[in-house]
Amino acid sequence: MSEQSIISLKNIEVKFQQKNQLIHAVKDVSLDIERGDIYGIVGYSGAGKSTLVRVINLLQKPTSGTVLVNNIPLAETNNNKTTYLQGSKLRNARKKIGMIFQHFNLMNERTVADNVLFPIARNHTLTKEQKNTKVADLLALVGLSDRSNAYPSQLSGGQKQRVAIARALASDPEILISDEATSALDPKTTNAILALLKSLNEKLGLTIVLITHEMQAVKDIANKVAVMENGQIIENGSLLEIFTNPQKQLTKDFIDTATQLEDGLAKVQAQPIVTNLQAPDVLVQFSYAGETTGEPLISSLFKEYGIVANILFGNVEILQSTPVGTLIVILSGESHAIQTALHNVKEQGVKVTLLKGELI
Amino acid sequence: MLNFFEHYFPNVISLGWSTDLGWGTAIWQTLYMTFVSAFFGGILGLLFGFGLVLFDTNGILANRPIFWILDKIVSIFRAIPFIILLAFISPLTQLLVNTQIGMTAALVPLSLGVFPFYARQVQNALVSVDHGIIEAAQAFGATTGEIIFKVYLREALADLIRVSTVTLISLVGLTAMAGAIGSGGLGNVAISVGFNRFQNDVTWVATLLIIVFIFAIQFTGDLLAKHASHK
Repeated sequence: MSEQSIISLKNIEVKFQQKNQLIHAVKDVSLDIERGDIYGIVGYSGAGKSTLVRVINLLQKPTSGTVLVNNIPLAETNNNKTTYLQGSKLRNARKKIGMIFQHFNLMNERTVADNVLFPIARNHTLTKEQKNTKVADLLALVGLSDRSNAYPSQLSGGQKQRVAIARALASDPEILISDEATSALDPKTTNAILALLKSLNEKLGLTIVLITHEMQAVKDIANKVAVMENGQIIENGSLLEIFTNPQKQLTKDFIDTATQLEDGLAKVQAQPIVTNLQAPDVLVQFSYAGETTGEPLISSLFKEYGIVANILFGNVEILQSTPVGTLIVILSGESHAIQTALHNVKEQGVKVTLLKGELI
Repeated sequence: MLNFFEHYFPNVISLGWSTDLGWGTAIWQTLYMTFVSAFFGGILGLLFGFGLVLFDTNGILANRPIFWILDKIVSIFRAIPFIILLAFISPLTQLLVNTQIGMTAALVPLSLGVFPFYARQVQNALVSVDHGIIEAAQAFGATTGEIIFKVYLREALADLIRVSTVTLISLVGLTAMAGAIGSGGLGNVAISVGFNRFQNDVTWVATLLIIVFIFAIQFTGDLLAKHASHK
């Protein structure tokens, strides 16, 4: 574990009995999350990501493995015996880990202000005034000062999630776990909530663990990503690494969905200009990241090789301030020129995928 | 007016107010039996109802053996018809209140008769609290006590008031049967005077009073439940 790690999971196994079936929800997962990270964990439902993040605050006890949060062992396996933090020690550790949920989980019979107050209601180091000030500050932070006396049933989904975020921050946690927090919200509200999380990360230095089945959400705010399938992390790394150089098919699928490449590709393939493609013309996909994007790719193809590029689909994302782009083009020109051009483009660090046609 | 009553309800008037079987006595007995056994049965029912939720497999104190024991006790008591329970537990009644007959003796079977019904209702009300809300409270470091009193009790309050109303109403029904062990009350007047002496007018008035009593409980319960709910 590196020195900056705020959360360190080692060889986590989670098995439980459901009816007469043994479910192996998490298989030998090790993961280090550094202070200040927004760590996205992506996977389809049933991949074990919810179970995995619940291990961090011991809402789910791991069958075996070590959980370190701020260097405090919440669970530890030594000599095949797993021990867990208990009682007030566990409760104090949990207070440093905020959590928000897909269905908000607000208490329906308490007002917005009372919900936010709940985690610190029994904190004896704060006076009543200090608590009230804190609640007011938190509601201002999430932009809901005017609804403090409303009940959750009177709020919209996005507002409920904002209250939940304020509540999760009440005990000054260093970590915020977001369990599919935007999955029940519409796209516009999702973006607003993600922007709020991002600003909390920047303002408070909050470490965020974000689990979701939408790569889109991760793409917008995370700096690191892990992809989960069948209880295992199949791939993880920085957002840029994962997006520009995915290794596993599932990761590629998630990225294609997020960049709408899949959709674009299907539409492009159906166009007459593609179905009637004549040799030596070819349909190719260019993928590039970072500095390469600065090169005038399309115009140099024409100037240097006399190749005409017909752009059918394009997408440029800015990930962690680095542009990442995809272009689908038809290249027309002499077959030899096309070959040389593609070779040189590859040399410049652009990934080239031949989608249709042959290089003669 | 009085002539009208004397003509159509002769036996109602002659029963009097504060005699052994008088109306005042009967009303008092019914109220007493209902509320005192609601108190004891209510405490037992709440304890068992909470136990059935907290010790259940996915409860916050999950414990299979304890759950199994609580569950079986409730099921067994629910299975015994009340009229039989009255006789069946008379040794226990003797032990607890030192008599087997009368209004005080009826409190024991009434409490024990109503608690399993109430326990199941409490269990249902508590189970309807979204498990996510409980999980959130745990995630914020709430103690078991806080989860019971500040989350379960508060979130389920409106439902608990509703099921308490239903239970109280069925308890009034049970007090009518307690006449079998000499408890008195409106039900007893309806049967042992109205029915056994062929004085139908007494039965009618006793029934009417019970209906009024039940409507009052229902009305109060609905009002309180509505006030408590913000869902």
